[in-house]
Amino acid sequence: MFATAKEIVISARSLTKKYKDFVAVDGIDFEVRRGEAFGLLGPNGAGKSTTMKMIASVSQRTSGDLSILGKEPNTQGPEIRAHLGVVPQKDLLDRELKVWENLFTYGRYFGLSRKFLKDKVEELLEFAQLTEKRMSKADDLSGGMQRRLAIARGLVNEPEILMLDEPTTGLDPQARHILWDRLFRLKEQGVTLVITTHYMDEAEQLCDRLIVMDKGKIMAEGSPAELIKKYSSKEVLELRFGTDKNEAAAEQLKDLAERIEVLPDRILLYTQKGEDLLTQIVDAGLNPITSLVRRSSLEDVFLRLTGRSLVE
Amino acid sequence: MTDLKFSPGKAVDPQRAIRWGAFRVAEYRIRVLSKWLWSVVAFGLGNPILFLLSVGLGVGALVDANSGGQGLGGVSYLQFVAPALLASAAIQGVMDEVTFPTMDGFVWDKVFFAIGATSISPRQIADGVMLVALLRGLATTLMYLAILLLFGAIPLSSFAPLLLTSMLAGWGWAAIMMAITARLKEDDGFFAIISRFVIAPMFLFSGTFYPLEQMPIYLQPIGWVSPLWHATELGRTLSYGAAMELGMLLLHLGYLALLGLVGMSLTYPKFRERLNS
Ligand SMILES: Nc1ncnc2c1ncn2[C@@H]1O[C@H](COP(=O)(O)OP(=O)(O)OP(=O)(O)O)[C@@H](O)[C@H]1O
Ligand SMILES: [Mg+2]
Repeated sequence: MFATAKEIVISARSLTKKYKDFVAVDGIDFEVRRGEAFGLLGPNGAGKSTTMKMIASVSQRTSGDLSILGKEPNTQGPEIRAHLGVVPQKDLLDRELKVWENLFTYGRYFGLSRKFLKDKVEELLEFAQLTEKRMSKADDLSGGMQRRLAIARGLVNEPEILMLDEPTTGLDPQARHILWDRLFRLKEQGVTLVITTHYMDEAEQLCDRLIVMDKGKIMAEGSPAELIKKYSSKEVLELRFGTDKNEAAAEQLKDLAERIEVLPDRILLYTQKGEDLLTQIVDAGLNPITSLVRRSSLEDVFLRLTGRSLVE
Repeated sequence: MTDLKFSPGKAVDPQRAIRWGAFRVAEYRIRVLSKWLWSVVAFGLGNPILFLLSVGLGVGALVDANSGGQGLGGVSYLQFVAPALLASAAIQGVMDEVTFPTMDGFVWDKVFFAIGATSISPRQIADGVMLVALLRGLATTLMYLAILLLFGAIPLSSFAPLLLTSMLAGWGWAAIMMAITARLKEDDGFFAIISRFVIAPMFLFSGTFYPLEQMPIYLQPIGWVSPLWHATELGRTLSYGAAMELGMLLLHLGYLALLGLVGMSLTYPKFRERLNS
């Protein structure tokens, strides 16, 4: 029992955050184990960042229990934060300081020695591919570069838990994939990752386990594969009939699939065999303008759970 | 990208990090300040030189010639105004170093929120900023003192007492300004208002150029609440022995200390509230 209990690095019970009367996080429960990549998936305003800030021991919870690395954030904030790496949604860089100074000063806040930081800063510049920009002011970096600097800064104290609030927003596809690879390697080195995102491909790639949040509540929890299995079919057939014809077509299609979702621009049909269903539909004389068969994704899970699309 | 050498949770010694937090923030502020060092020095030395050349030589000579030094407690005009000038230099010095970093920290770049995610506490952030503000006040005052001494405007024996009274004024002012700035949601020209409608009048109505009692009684309260007046009165007594009862001396000291204590005790909870809400 002791061994397993020790493995839990974050534990939340009925965790609640209110801003005045507004309930941003509404009594959520979850646990994160050491070395795991844990995701918070949800649309704008779901309460992801608010949850992250409570875990990061900066925002005080309104009620419920929260334990981080076995400590109580309300009273042991500094001790907890010493071992967390935080990449906030807004970079919060010091724009007056040079790139290397942003990393260096941040390391000093954790009481790291100048000697240690001398090497660490170089290593992180390399990691973030900013070695050439080391002498630039942070303000003069492109948005994606600033994002990379913020991520590197979150690693300066070699954290046990790395918290990434929408890490890849603003990154180009190549930088995104490189980052995913880097994060995967950090995980292999034992770092626990907590990641928020609205990108389901990111959640599927990175997260061992995730919670789907909406309006401050947890809608579902599990591994990406479990969630897809539980809340969606194996395949999805996407059809477009043209904006004003989708509704009418849906009437005729609704009995053919396990489930159907009509979006403004397309119809989603949930089925075990997409190609077979498509043949059946075409044989029945319905002629979609475009059709696409794909695997179910977390996007579909989200649509099922909330009746809304994740990326609005 | 190469692999990071990484041992999660081993690099940081939390006790050490927590113990020295305020100094780490101070270190950061000094790094930022050092980028403006030339202007700190230029204004620090330029102000007293300009003052000595204009008011010092002109007005001073005039006053001294007319009163023979008798009208102002038997000292030269420069010796009379020096405590006020120095305290106001300290106030100017600390002002920029509490208001701008605090606005930057909470409103502009929001850097305090990044610092607040480390092992540093909100209170340590406030202390670190204050520490460097006082250093800047000290530097400004020391430069002013050096120029006054160099030009023979005050005797060397005035150095220590005037440094003390100026820094007390600086601390009281800085603490109050920090408490106010910590409550601002946006700039709104607030600092322009402070410098035009608070600092400038304070300078003119605090018994700076002539004893406060010579002002109409209805204007004297401006001096009574102003840290500048209290520091000036103290400075005159401590530097050249201007007459003062012990009770008044304690009142002046107490008022300045109280400003500092009240300012800080209004600052800490606001920092905590803004960073941990
Ligand atoms: N400081 C605050 N004061 C008042 N309301 C807040 C504050 N911070 C967040 N909220 C509200 O709480 C809700 C959740 O916000 P939060 O930032 O946690 O959402 P999110 O899931 O991170 O969204 P996004 O994907 O847009 O980043 C929102 O309705 C937001 O307006
Ligand atoms: Mg967010």
